[in-house]
Amino acid sequence: MLLEVKDLHVRAGDEPILKGVNLEVNAGEVHAIMGPNGSGKSTLAKVLAGHPAYEVTSGSLHFEGDDLSELDTDERARAGLFLAFQYPVEIPGVSNAQFMRQAYNERRKAQGKDELDPLQFDDHIRERMKIVDMDPKFLDRSVNVDFSGGEKKRNEILQMAVLEPTLAVLDETDSGLDIDALRTVAGGINSLSGEDNAVVLVTHYQRILDYVKPDYVHVMTDGQIVKSGDKQLAIDLEEHGYDWVTEEQGAA
Amino acid sequence: MSSNIENFLDQPYEAGFTSDVEMDSFEPGIDEETIRKISAIKDEPQFLLDFRLKAFEHWKTMEEPDWANVSYDKPNFDDIIYYSAPKEKPKKDSLDEVDPAILETYEKLGIPLQEQKMLQNVAVDAVFDSVSVATTFKKQLAEAGVIFCSVNEAVEEYPEIVEKYLGSVVPYTDNFYAALNSAVFSDGSFVYVPKGVTSPMELSTYFRINTQDTGQFERTLIVCEEGSYVSYLEGCTAPQFDTNQLHAAVVELVALEDAEIKYSTVQNWYAGDEDGKGGIYNFVTKRGVCEGDNSKISWTQVETGSAVTWKYPSCILKGDNSVGEFYSVALTNHHQQADTGTKMVHIGENTKSTIISKGISAGVSQNSYRGLVKMMPGAEGARNYSECDSMLIGDRCGAHTFPYIDVRNPSAQVEHEASTSRIGEDQMFYFLQRGIDEEDAISMIISGFCKDVFHELPMEFAVEARKLLGIKLEGSVG
Ligand SMILES: Nc1ncnc2c1ncn2[C@@H]1O[C@H](COP(=O)(O)OP(=O)(O)OP(=O)(O)O)[C@@H](O)[C@H]1O
Ligand SMILES: [Mg+2]
Repeated sequence: MLLEVKDLHVRAGDEPILKGVNLEVNAGEVHAIMGPNGSGKSTLAKVLAGHPAYEVTSGSLHFEGDDLSELDTDERARAGLFLAFQYPVEIPGVSNAQFMRQAYNERRKAQGKDELDPLQFDDHIRERMKIVDMDPKFLDRSVNVDFSGGEKKRNEILQMAVLEPTLAVLDETDSGLDIDALRTVAGGINSLSGEDNAVVLVTHYQRILDYVKPDYVHVMTDGQIVKSGDKQLAIDLEEHGYDWVTEEQGAA
Repeated sequence: MSSNIENFLDQPYEAGFTSDVEMDSFEPGIDEETIRKISAIKDEPQFLLDFRLKAFEHWKTMEEPDWANVSYDKPNFDDIIYYSAPKEKPKKDSLDEVDPAILETYEKLGIPLQEQKMLQNVAVDAVFDSVSVATTFKKQLAEAGVIFCSVNEAVEEYPEIVEKYLGSVVPYTDNFYAALNSAVFSDGSFVYVPKGVTSPMELSTYFRINTQDTGQFERTLIVCEEGSYVSYLEGCTAPQFDTNQLHAAVVELVALEDAEIKYSTVQNWYAGDEDGKGGIYNFVTKRGVCEGDNSKISWTQVETGSAVTWKYPSCILKGDNSVGEFYSVALTNHHQQADTGTKMVHIGENTKSTIISKGISAGVSQNSYRGLVKMMPGAEGARNYSECDSMLIGDRCGAHTFPYIDVRNPSAQVEHEASTSRIGEDQMFYFLQRGIDEEDAISMIISGFCKDVFHELPMEFAVEARKLLGIKLEGSVG
């Protein structure tokens, strides 16, 4: 199993946010997590990555069998856990190429492979940029600085393409993409997913699921995964809204 | 998390040791007698004693300035030791009689003075408390015609040059600390590059304060004759004491026609501890005059130390087509306060100045840029470009920008850009999530932010400066 989340309770300050999340992800799978605003989807994603603002109060997180509580954020990343941010931050003064090369080489080092020098990396990244159809001019620009909303999202998937993570958690990568960009980015995600890795998509729209076919769809409300199903669940949600799930829960 | 940031910042100050060297020091306090004694020890010519005494008389009429954006307990001038020198008086041409503890000190600081170990292609003048203890590569420089020695030696050997230029750029009436320095300065570095000569190596002075309660009042004078060039670097450190020490230096640069002076500083005086106890008061007057046409003066500074800094390396652009440059990185952390910037005074036609200032504030520090661009009536076609960028690390520090612009010639152009960015927990998390650790993240951010300034530093010092900033900032971000 790649990821195992068991009865996870998380607080930010005094505020309980996740209230017993269970989730299992195996290699080769695509999972989608849907749910209303503020239900805790991004929190789950950030907790997986080890964000310092959140405290795990009970439950457990395992990645490829390792207890994540024993790994720092950067160690988790080098171990192959990747988070595409809902709101990627801007880093003035650090070029995109330099940033990705450093990240790439850190991962290579962790895997016991050779690092690439700037020229070798330039060849490599230009190749990867084709996957998301990104213009090489973005290499010299500061990371995300003055990128449009859609460009930032595309840049996140480019980083995924460069780092080739074992588990990629994509937090609303589809939001803010135009129709063509959505198709390109979804194509990129598909070409990057295979037998040995897995993708967790956090999304509000069933549209992206037309391109990236999920094996499982989960619904999160108020800090818990309250319903899981297959792709049909996403279609039903689109039609009936989240109240339908909550009501069904209440009735059950 | 922010405590995590701070833990990381608490890197030990590596230059904070004290050396056990036998010193001859005056009793603390200042009066006319103190000044006469300093002058007498050095066997100075009359003109210099007169200069000191006039400066002292003037100083007594002045008040300590309080317009800078810094607050500190004003030094008590009666508690300061105005002269302190190693007992063993070194012979000028040999290190044999230099106290081995001093040589060891410089070696520990990475500035070996011994012949076999000297830095390649950099001549060093080592100033220990009040006096210069050694100057390397003197012979090689002399062959090229470049004079590089302590000010004391220059007064003895080249009194006419000293008399002509001392106080010509920074008169003793200039400001409170310049007046005090003029009265009591003990030593410093002197550079004279004759007509048409390009100095064959970098010149560098390394200032070290060792004795507690000593004030360091050095004076640097650099004169570049027509068509000559020199690149000069100063570095400075001090031991960790829990009292504040005063460093009030004066630097004067003179560039004649077609001459160029490049002056770089890596300042790492002791900054005080995390609670703001101790550290150096760095109140310095640095000014250069582009006397001749087509001359150029370029200041590059990386300011990382001192409890309080008050420093505005400036250029007076007299000659037509002369160029002034100011490239600065000022980093403050913990309780440090820096009020630094430059003055560019355009007098000649088509004079040009560039100001690039990068302020980095962390902890609860305060970092201010203060700059003046003045276009005099005769500055036909003069141009200035200024860029002041601030970076805030965490949310308890402050960055301030005070640009003053005074244009008295309608054809002159002044352009000013400013930006502020903040490095917080979210940026750091982004780096970490991509597998880049905190140390590398900070060094990437800082190198990127300071790129335009580091480019201006001589190679080895750029590496040094980058490392220094990295050490100073470790742990300052989430
Ligand atoms: N650091 C924090 N401190 C306090 N409250 C937080 C913090 N992070 C998240 N929250 C709160 O936790 C709840 C869940 O937030 P989260 O961002 O996980 O929601 P989400 O499901 O991703 O929503 P959206 O669909 O709008 O992106 C929200 O009410 C949010 O305000
Ligand atoms: Mg979210």
